[in-house]
Amino acid sequence: MRALPTFPIPHFAFRISHFPNVPTLANYLFVSGLLFSIGLAGVLLRRNILIIFLGLELMLNAANLSLVAFSRFHLGQDGFPGYSAQVFVFFIITVAAAEVAVGLAIIVALYRARQTTRVEDLDTLKF
Amino acid sequence: MPLALFWIFAALTLAFGLGVVFFRSPVSAAMSLVMAFVGLAALFVTLDAFFIGVVQVLVYAGAVMVLFLFIIMLLDLRADQRRPVKLAAWTGGGIVAGGFMAVLTQVIFSLPALQQTKPALADPSVNDVAQVGFSLFRYFNLPFQIIGVLLLVATVGVVVLSRRELK
Repeated sequence: MRALPTFPIPHFAFRISHFPNVPTLANYLFVSGLLFSIGLAGVLLRRNILIIFLGLELMLNAANLSLVAFSRFHLGQDGFPGYSAQVFVFFIITVAAAEVAVGLAIIVALYRARQTTRVEDLDTLKF
Repeated sequence: MPLALFWIFAALTLAFGLGVVFFRSPVSAAMSLVMAFVGLAALFVTLDAFFIGVVQVLVYAGAVMVLFLFIIMLLDLRADQRRPVKLAAWTGGGIVAGGFMAVLTQVIFSLPALQQTKPALADPSVNDVAQVGFSLFRYFNLPFQIIGVLLLVATVGVVVLSRRELK
């Protein structure tokens, strides 16, 4: 797919003839930010600890989207994307998988001790 | 056409992300997250990151979410009871998320460098699995080995944490 020549478009000056029909980096970052804030809202508002964990995974994936977008839009000297960001995403995926495993083991141990997964019932450390 | 495809996949991902937050049944929330991951993998493919897209589906949707669903089944979680909406909590959450999005939008659309479209690759048929592999093993070999140790420690930790106490 051929990319259009890059030219800056003031965001307030869209005319149909100049409207690019390819997404810009700003589009990807906007979607990533929206996904992150949805995950953040989930972590803040839900009471079930497993759903909070799902929101956490959503936040991590939003960061991954940002990284891959920057990787594609920032070409190195040789005209290839910046692959360090994709390696970073690979590490994030791996570490998130390990974190999910350990976190779920903790939740299972907690459930065995307290018979509940509601956050408001876990109040031993509340002052 | 690429922009339409981008918005289709982005809308899919965001809709299922909202599903994660708003479904009361944990199984529905987990399945929504699986679909959000698939939408994200599609967005990765539009960014020519094929290896990361496939790894996303394999690891996140295929392993992590399966683990989640096993735990939900093990704990036998029911759907949350319908609770009266606490206006203060939801307003607070909305303000945090909304404030973050407002600041982010203002930053993103005020930088002309971010309005660029995809620059053309030197070689559009680049084998990005090989390139990611080169980068990983040439410049990031030590972190890669440490990740291996991390996975081993995590596995041992999971086994220790989920042992039943012996009387």
